[in-house]
Amino acid sequence: MRRSALAAIAAIGSASLLIAGCSKADDNKNENGNTKSAGANAATKGVVNASDKKGGTLTYELSDVPDSFDPGNTYYAYMYNLSRLWARPLMTFKPGAGEEGNTLVPDLAAGKGVPSDGGKTWTYKLRPGLKYEDGSPITSKDVKYAVERSNFARDVLSLGPNYFQQFMADADKYKGPYKDKSAKGLSSIETPDDTTVVFHLKQAFQEFDYLVAAPQTAPVPQAKDKGVDYVKHIVSSGSYKFQSYEDGKQAVLVRNENWDAKTDPLRKQLPDKIVVNLKVNPETIDQDVLAGKAIDLAGAGVQASTQADVVTDPDKKAGTDNTFGGRLVYMAINTKVAPFDKIECRKAVQYAIDKVSVQTAEGGPIRGEIASTVLPPDIPGYAKSDVYATSGNKGDVAKAKEQLKACGKSSISTNISARSDRPQEIDAATAIINSLKKVGINASLKQYPSGKYFTDYAGVPKFTEKQNLGLIMMQWGADWPSGYGFLQQILNGKAISQSGNTNLAQYDNKDVNALLGKAIGTQDTTERNSLYTQIDKKTMDDAVLVPLTYFKVLLARPQNYTNLVSTAAFSGQYDYLNIGVASK
Amino acid sequence: MISYILRRTFAAVILLLVVSAVTFAIFFLLPRLAGQTADQLAQQYIGKAPSKADIAAVKHNLGLDQPVYVQYWHFIKGIVAGADYSIGPTTVHCDAPCFGYSFKNHQAVWPELTSRLPITLSLAVGAAVLWLVSGVIAGVISALKPRSVLDRAFMGIALTGVSLPMFFTGNLAILLFRYQWPIFGSEYVPLTENPSQWANTLFPAWCSLALLYSAIYARLTRSGMLETMNEDFIRTARAKGLREGTVITRHGLRAALTPIITVFGMDIGLLLGGAVITESVFSLHGIGQYAVQGITDNDLPKILGVTLLAAFFVVIANLVVDVLYAAADPRVRLS
Repeated sequence: MRRSALAAIAAIGSASLLIAGCSKADDNKNENGNTKSAGANAATKGVVNASDKKGGTLTYELSDVPDSFDPGNTYYAYMYNLSRLWARPLMTFKPGAGEEGNTLVPDLAAGKGVPSDGGKTWTYKLRPGLKYEDGSPITSKDVKYAVERSNFARDVLSLGPNYFQQFMADADKYKGPYKDKSAKGLSSIETPDDTTVVFHLKQAFQEFDYLVAAPQTAPVPQAKDKGVDYVKHIVSSGSYKFQSYEDGKQAVLVRNENWDAKTDPLRKQLPDKIVVNLKVNPETIDQDVLAGKAIDLAGAGVQASTQADVVTDPDKKAGTDNTFGGRLVYMAINTKVAPFDKIECRKAVQYAIDKVSVQTAEGGPIRGEIASTVLPPDIPGYAKSDVYATSGNKGDVAKAKEQLKACGKSSISTNISARSDRPQEIDAATAIINSLKKVGINASLKQYPSGKYFTDYAGVPKFTEKQNLGLIMMQWGADWPSGYGFLQQILNGKAISQSGNTNLAQYDNKDVNALLGKAIGTQDTTERNSLYTQIDKKTMDDAVLVPLTYFKVLLARPQNYTNLVSTAAFSGQYDYLNIGVASK
Repeated sequence: MISYILRRTFAAVILLLVVSAVTFAIFFLLPRLAGQTADQLAQQYIGKAPSKADIAAVKHNLGLDQPVYVQYWHFIKGIVAGADYSIGPTTVHCDAPCFGYSFKNHQAVWPELTSRLPITLSLAVGAAVLWLVSGVIAGVISALKPRSVLDRAFMGIALTGVSLPMFFTGNLAILLFRYQWPIFGSEYVPLTENPSQWANTLFPAWCSLALLYSAIYARLTRSGMLETMNEDFIRTARAKGLREGTVITRHGLRAALTPIITVFGMDIGLLLGGAVITESVFSLHGIGQYAVQGITDNDLPKILGVTLLAAFFVVIANLVVDVLYAAADPRVRLS
């Protein structure tokens, strides 16, 4: 009886470990005494090195500098991920592998948003007992103030998105908290009591829970807000607080003693200290990650030189995660530049491109799978389809020429744009030029710096038309993991702007615009996702975008860190909420 | 001597004004002449989908809605008298010399430059000592023993050093001395906090930079010494019965030093303006890395600040070089 009970316990234990996809941190050595890896792509299927061990110093390294550590002034996915350590938004994403990570869970809020008025009003209740690092209580007014400062003072806090400015009712009348000193603030956000915040929108928006998962809803006490200088003295609402901050160099976080685990079912507060080193040589980052001493904060994957090293060594490859980055690499066909205003000419381009050569130019299958839809596989609404299928994805010259003839052309002269500081994009464009040449489409490469790509060049419709930019290279990731978050900015005809435009095809289709509007007002998730699939199909039928690859990242997994799980919610990065240190 | 220094200082101020005007024109006037509007300029510094009101507010806050000459005047006035800037809820005074605020993250440029200067200074001075000492010694030995094994070895090393780019030698040094044999640290520590750790962290960077520069100094010293040691005054010194060591160091090397001082002054001046690649490779948060960030972000005040600081150091280094000429070579007089 006793033995069978033990066996049963052991069996249940093993099974639960298998089901959870966890690998323990302690028995982690191979026969050579080296740290044993959980296996290639283990963190895309479950938590690697699952542990509740406390202590140690966790180090993040970044080759660049983030836009800001201020939760109200950032737009980078990795800062959305990391900032949750000191700034708790109303909602966030559940730490989980792959698409499981797209699951929304309440963070500062006690539950999901309660919609009313057909999805035009959203009410959130805060958890009881919430405190800032100084012990003062967090109230709903602080959430309201955080939204106001991040969305309505863009002359100083200019780096974050402005979705609340776009979607809140009465937004155009409000001048922001730095100019409008009235106690009322933005009238469409109400705080009837200290734990309730009510958002009134212009239109029904059924994905509002995604919007409040942005760090812009993390509370900011008005009395402590110093505008752009708030970044130097951020008041933490999360499990860590700033010990020091040096702009462009380093930030050091330590435990927030006033964070209470009872108010937070998500965070574990494992390391004693978290160090974020900025402007670190990318090669050094790779070496530190492989040595188990750091995490690449950007989560963009290893350098090309390191990739060659890790994919050819089975031991090292077992310590990597190759996963989708929630992005699509594509080429927009400018519908306002002749002859691409004709669908047949656009279809000729679709059939002509050898996508394998493009994939190779971008670094091979490890850097992206060949794409045939607008939505990547890790975004809800994706449905496998290939409207312009060609044998082996290598292009079909005969079909392309057939479409060209139907378009009334035997040859086309056009230009293709790519970002001058993105060598892989230039290589991909060059591969496309070679493909197109075979069917009589002669495209000349035009290179523009990425910093001005949208404000001055590819994102300025008049410029593209004047410069005969018929083909435009692009890469796009969702602001939140939904069809709307992905498609709205690149396919919505109403989103075409005269500068900073991201609907590069200048695609203005009434049906697509209407479907987008209908989708965001649809409460049922399944129905909403099916609408996104329809939009994807309609766009492909109209041949306005050429999907090239579903972008993938190759992350090296630091062996000394625990609770590593690659999440689709943050472009395949590891979820930064609960990473710990295995040995100090 | 004093009047000479005063004259040169005055000329240096004029030169810096010209540099500032030219730099300002390149970054602020040329885009306008090329057809870029103030709205487009402003839009680079706002997140996605800005409203017209956002663009107008940013344009006003950054001063881009004013004529370029007015913007330049405000910039110069800020350096001399300071300036007031809105940081959101309040307006703050930026004390002179105020080099403006970053267009990207709105942080003041001057404090950033001064906080990074000790790192760049540490890198430049440490490397300079190494390359000067090693380069000059190698050059002197090579000149005194021309076509010997030592001469060929030194010149071979010099040629290799000057041929290898920093991103190769730097990354190799990091790989060998931080990962393969972890002898040197990676986190910069100020000299005032821990001198030994300061030197330990910077040593690979010094060596990599010195390898690049010492080649030039070795070759310069060698050619200078070869020429000088055949001069009449060297023969006279020897005829007077002076020891060979004295002849080499006090007469030969001293006369050969003039071109070395010139190049050294320029090199130090340029390096103090930021050793861009070295700082990037060794992850040192110096002026050069700040310049790279400014260029990446198209952040004009940062670029302008670094350019002016670099120009200042080059001008000062040239002034010091001219004064040192007189000390090194009695044939030169400053009057």
